[in-house]
This record gives sequence, structure tokens and C-alpha cells, in this order.
Amino acid sequence: MSLILPYAREDASQPPSLHPGYASTVARSPRQPLVRIPHTLTETTGPAGCWENLMGGALADLTAQHAGMPQGQRIIVSGRVLDEQGRPVPNAVMEIWQANAAGRYIHKKDQWDAPLDPNFTGAGRVVTDAEGRYRYVTVRPGAYPWGNHHNAWRPSHIHLSLLGPAFATRLITQMYFPDDPLIEIDPIANAVPMPFRQRMVSRFDIGTSQANWALGYLFDVVLRGREATPFEDDHDD
Amino acid sequence: MTTELVNPAPRQDNQDPALFGQTPSQTVGPFFHYGLPWKGGADLVGQSDMGARPELFPEEHYVLNLSPPRGAVAGETITLEGVVYDADGKPVPDAMIEIWQANAAGRYASPDDDRSNLPLDEGFIGFGRAATNESGLYRFKTVRPGPVPGPGDSAQAPHIAVSVFGRGVIKRLVTRIYFEDAAENASDPILALVPAERRDTLVAREIDGVWRFDIVLQGERETVFFDV
Ligand SMILES: [Fe+2]
Repeated sequence: MSLILPYAREDASQPPSLHPGYASTVARSPRQPLVRIPHTLTETTGPAGCWENLMGGALADLTAQHAGMPQGQRIIVSGRVLDEQGRPVPNAVMEIWQANAAGRYIHKKDQWDAPLDPNFTGAGRVVTDAEGRYRYVTVRPGAYPWGNHHNAWRPSHIHLSLLGPAFATRLITQMYFPDDPLIEIDPIANAVPMPFRQRMVSRFDIGTSQANWALGYLFDVVLRGREATPFEDDHDD
Repeated sequence: MTTELVNPAPRQDNQDPALFGQTPSQTVGPFFHYGLPWKGGADLVGQSDMGARPELFPEEHYVLNLSPPRGAVAGETITLEGVVYDADGKPVPDAMIEIWQANAAGRYASPDDDRSNLPLDEGFIGFGRAATNESGLYRFKTVRPGPVPGPGDSAQAPHIAVSVFGRGVIKRLVTRIYFEDAAENASDPILALVPAERRDTLVAREIDGVWRFDIVLQGERETVFFDV
């Protein structure tokens, strides 16, 4: 007998696949309705516990990957990965990638004329502990222009990829910074309706800032939770 | 009625308990290649570099993993490939495909698959990640999965769960790969939920020894995507 505990479905915070303000979604979003399927063993399982073997150990200090210290404002980002019931999600892997302090990515297709930083790659990885906690050190990424419309600028953001316990909980998102006026005029952030857009905005925190060293930002990631009542699967074990 | 002069409220943010709930999805963007698809991420059985695009950034900025050593993996090794197309039929060179599957015995390498009577392969996790190349092509090397249980006492035909990410894809698209020659497809409970005329978008075909599964994001022969 296998117990299938389905996960919650997406809530009202999730953006639609088609958001014409973000021009690239127009040709890259389906027009046919999604086919709703029940959660089976395929959706309720995932490679939790295999991260080390799969992708290697933690890379929690993005400022220590090269010979020198990268340019920019050093920051510590920490928080928890939780499920919708507020329970910690331990052993989740958070992959991190971002632009440098000038807003430039270490990527051949990023043609913006801002300086690259030989001491900054901008990629990292952390795994949550038993309380769902994570922490990494990086520099605050700069805003950068993009070609979506005239004078378009992305707000400062850190890209985050979350592999939690199950296929159903997979999430890729972006973390924004408080007091960034670009958030409200950014079509990608604006694909998420208010007030849920604020779920992607981190909080400055003096408590996790370190004197004479780095500013602290708090950011919790909330993955879909398991529904309360399991139903039993009839097949023989 | 009184009129009060008040300051604007400070921004609500991620730590506000009134806002607590699912973190919204955002696009992976076009510049994920140095951060996500590691060398070997698309080779679930061997030691190759498949899956990464190291030509898109300087070598000294490759900080990701290398394909870990693997033990013996039971079952039939297969190559799975396809092109991701947009609404205009143009290949998508900045998509990322992830797969999740059972091993040849139909067991998931997951703490949530407790069917200990079925074997696990030491070297096989069943999770893969591949960036598409400039021609929109992704390619995995894996094993053909076994059947797995479905809802109630049903059995699911062998299949691979697929996540599609990309620039312009603001929220993960979920689909499945089934195998053309599997007799179990006829009784698969998930395929049965798909309109019959669209089912073949979920079926990979073997062409010259390679299983082919194109992904059409929109338009004619649009791939069936699931609400999970
Ligand atoms: Fe970005």
C-alpha cells in the first residue's frame, strides 16, 4: 500500500503564462488549456537527499570564488524555505545566479556595456538545514537595461531555483530588493498581481547585517505544501 | 469624517505574515547557463558533459558540478532528444529542460517512494537537466523507465515527467514523455485525461535509435501541458 499525499495547487499569486507586457511570453506561452491531472507518485516524489551526488556541495560565498574580492556592496542573504503550512523544508537545494554589481552577467549573450568583474561569477548553491534555513554571501546586483520596450530596466534581482521534496514543488523565481522603484514598472515582476508581488521583495535586516562587513537581507521561500488529508492508494505493495 | 495626513505605508514585503503563501514563479531569463545546467546534468547514466553550455561564458567562471561517478544502471539506455519551438515555429535557444523519472524497475529514487521491494540503482537518480543549444535542441542520455502506480489501483505507462523553463516562460510548463511502442499507453490514466486528438504530442518516437520528443510551446501541434 502506497500513500499518496498530494500537494496543494498553485495559488492566486502565480503569474499567468501569457503576460503581454513581457513581450517574450507572447510566442512562448501555450494557448490550449492546461490539462489538470491528479498527483501520482511521479509528482509527489523528487530527488531530495541526492543533491551532493547530483550537483555537488554548497557554494555559499559568491564573493570567494576568485583571487580577489568582487566590486560592489557585500550582502548576506538568509532565510528559510517553508511550505504553505509554515513547516520548514529541510534538504532543499537553492541555486543562485545573478548579475554583478554593475548589472552585467558573466554571459556571452549579455551585451550590455557595463564592466565585467573578473572576481565575480554570480553563481552559487545552498542546501537548507533541518529548520529549513539557508544563508549565502554575495554582492548586491545592479539594475540592467533590456530590450523589452524603450528604456526598459530590470530592477536589481537575484535569480533563485528551488528543488524541494517533489516534482510538484519545483520553483524558479527572482528575489527583489526593498526600496527599488523599478519593481513597480518591471513587466516581469508585474506579471505577479498585487499584493502577491511583495512576496518576492526581500527585507533589509540590521540583525543579520554584520558590523563593518555586510548588509543583511531576509527572504523566505514558500513552496507548495502537502494537503492535510492523505488518501490511500489501492495497489499492493 | 476626518482627514488625516499620513505617510505612505512602508512597503509590504516577504516577511509580512499577512502575505505568507506560495512564492510566485518568475522566468529563468536568458542568462542561466553559468548557474544551472552543469556538465553531465543531461547524462543520467554516464560521465559525459551533456547538458551544459560552457561556450557561453569564460572557462574560469564554471563553478558548477562535474558529472559524478556512477555505478551500474540496470535497464535499456536510451537517448532522448527534441527541439523546443515557439509559436512561429522558431527553435528556442534559451530554454532549459528538466526530467524526472523512475528507474527501469519503476522505482523513484526518492524518500517518498517507499516500495522497498523494488530495486534502486546506486548510480541512477532519475533527475536530469539540459539547456537547449542554438538550434533549440535538448538531449538526454538515460534509461527507459518502468511502469509506476497510478491513482487507485491503476498502473501508469512508462513515462518521464518534464519541466520546461526559458526566457519568456514566466512559469514552469509541465509535460510528460510516453513511448510510442508501449502497450500500456492504451490504459494509462493520465493519457486518458487528454483529448484523444492531442495525445500524440506526449508520445516520443524512435527514429534511427534515438527517441524524439519535440516541444511546441504554442500553435499547431502545441504540446499538451499539465496543470499539476
Ligand atoms: Fe536577470
